[in-house]
Amino acid sequence: MKKSYKIDVDCANCANKMEEAAKKTAGVKDAVVNFMTLKMSVEFEDGADPKTVMQDVLKNCKKVEDDCEIYL
Amino acid sequence: MNKKQKKMLLRIVIAAVLMVILHFAAKAFGDRVHEPVWFFLYLIPYLTVGYDILLKAVKGIKNRQVFDENFLMAVATIGAIAIALINRNGDYTEAIAVMLFYQVGELFQSYAVGKSRKNISALMDIRPDYANVEENGELRQIDPDEVEIGTVIVVKPGEKIPIDGTVVDGVSTLDTSALTGESVPREVRPGDEVISGCINQNGLLKLRTTKEFGESTVSKILDMVENATSKKSRSEAFISRFARIYTPAVCLCALALAILPPLFFLANGRAPGWGDWVYRALTFLVISCPCALVISIPLSFFAGIGGASREGVLVKGSNYLEALSKAKTVAFDKTGTMTMGVFEVNGIHHSSMDNEKLLELAAHAEIFSTHPIARSIQKAWLEGAVFQHNGEPAEKPADLAGRTLDRARVGEVREIGGNGIIAEVDGRQVAAGNTRLMDSLGVPYINCSHAGTIVHVAVDGAYAGHLLISDVIKPTAKEAIRALHEAGVTKTVMLTGDTREVGEAVAKEIGIDEVQAELLPGDKVAAVEALLAKKPEHSVLAFVGDGINDAPVLTRADVGVAMGALGSDAAIEAADVVLMDDDPKKIALAIRIAKKCMRIVYENIWFAIGVKLICLVLGAAGVANMWLAIFADVGVMVLAVLNAIRALFTKNLRA
Repeated sequence: MKKSYKIDVDCANCANKMEEAAKKTAGVKDAVVNFMTLKMSVEFEDGADPKTVMQDVLKNCKKVEDDCEIYL
Repeated sequence: MNKKQKKMLLRIVIAAVLMVILHFAAKAFGDRVHEPVWFFLYLIPYLTVGYDILLKAVKGIKNRQVFDENFLMAVATIGAIAIALINRNGDYTEAIAVMLFYQVGELFQSYAVGKSRKNISALMDIRPDYANVEENGELRQIDPDEVEIGTVIVVKPGEKIPIDGTVVDGVSTLDTSALTGESVPREVRPGDEVISGCINQNGLLKLRTTKEFGESTVSKILDMVENATSKKSRSEAFISRFARIYTPAVCLCALALAILPPLFFLANGRAPGWGDWVYRALTFLVISCPCALVISIPLSFFAGIGGASREGVLVKGSNYLEALSKAKTVAFDKTGTMTMGVFEVNGIHHSSMDNEKLLELAAHAEIFSTHPIARSIQKAWLEGAVFQHNGEPAEKPADLAGRTLDRARVGEVREIGGNGIIAEVDGRQVAAGNTRLMDSLGVPYINCSHAGTIVHVAVDGAYAGHLLISDVIKPTAKEAIRALHEAGVTKTVMLTGDTREVGEAVAKEIGIDEVQAELLPGDKVAAVEALLAKKPEHSVLAFVGDGINDAPVLTRADVGVAMGALGSDAAIEAADVVLMDDDPKKIALAIRIAKKCMRIVYENIWFAIGVKLICLVLGAAGVANMWLAIFADVGVMVLAVLNAIRALFTKNLRA
């Protein structure tokens, strides 16, 4: 399953870091962060619950880039 | 500017003013007030402008994300302050200035990106906000999402059409420029299909919706554009990989620069000069910040895709923009791409009677037929097609207005399966069909030297001439091929299911290099695969089709371009690049836009890496001070961002 979320982040490198962090989160198959449109599209693994996975994604993103937001 | 940016600007201004005041105060009272008073005074502007960087650096270390630009800046500026403190020269200005300019750069970057983000979304501002639905004689605005298929909606002049539908009432002209880049308005009348995203220019239109909002053209396009830049190009992937190894590498170099030479001097019994080498290492750190690259490359692609969509060229990802720029071989479908896909009577040859009379008889003979060829004959008669007669251009017939197809004039009609028709018109026997029909009637016929479908006509058993019916080549097709060659395409190939004769005639007319004719839909994939095997190395093969039955070929080619794709969902799905209208000249335009964008991308990569490398060498050699380092960081970034925005401008690329 694929879902797209609006995000807020200040710099392009930070967006790359968020992408890395999201990719490493359990339950995420693939993630792409688009700094230009400020969107994160996440592909979930089968059987993963997007809501709980996204909480982890947000937590992991906050870890690498304090100044970011994902609008869930 | 948003709130965050305004706050940043305020911090920068306050810090700058404080720094200047302190600088002059230190000159005036430097000997009367002693350290560490100056140190604490200078700390005020430093922290004002840079506290968030320091915090982020600390948090980064805590989260084991050590090597980022915040860390670089924090180490460089704290180091510079420490050197000033140790040397007791009171030169804190440099550290503050580094932080100040770094923040100015960040602010500019965030402003520029925000601005272009807004510009590009404004270009694609085709999202309709509401639909008018008539209820009890009153118009009500409702969310287009709530409109069901088959609902009649009202579109007032000046409004956007919210949902795809069919006109049930009203006549108007539509502005399709937001979708196609085409400025000529389109006229619509009852019965016409209209697509969402067009602007109704003058009349009141009532439409019956044929799709849900989510399935309408406008939603599909927006979806595509919004997801466009998530498919990353090789250059973008390269930059993010580069940034990941580059920052730690530079930090290590800086560390080596700070420690190794002094140790070397120490070992040789000379003065180590710690301060000098640490200063050089710090300069190194400031220069090394990868911002210019990391921001300008995606921004260039973003602007390129934005500029292209304004021209009616939708690119589904920066990887496709990159591929398009390398297109050396372009293969086309014929029907619908280079030709209009409509049949027209293009000539009447060897007629034994008046051209008009022959056409009239043939049209009546075909009166009950709905075959496209028959239709084209009927249309030619009704609309008074003009042909050259014995080399002389004929004039448009004067009696057009009164022309009708009169069924009363037609007697018995016999369809000879697959060969043609024999009908009684005005009491005369008219036979219209192919050579086999003529053979079966025993009528000698004259073959046509032109390519196309030939309809031979015999009247009362005598040969009366033949009609040449062919597909119409698009008026811009020839120019489109020329423009493609100018844009660096070395080989153009036409793939067609039509006969060899027709294919070759069209190819010759518009200047295509190679023709592969008589292909079944499955053969086209094989033909493209053969072309893929033959193409020059590192080049790209693009296939252009109208998308109706080309989906497998579109996916097989390196870049699949669907044209005239408005309303055709299959094409939008299968293609990598979508041309919104059916003008073949847009193919060359798309390639030119892609080339310009890639040129800017490479300019930025070389410029940023080049300047940084030079400054790094100068910094290591001790020639560059922190001021030059700031230019190498912020200055390069500003220039690269400005250069990236150039990709948005496409006007001068139109042929």
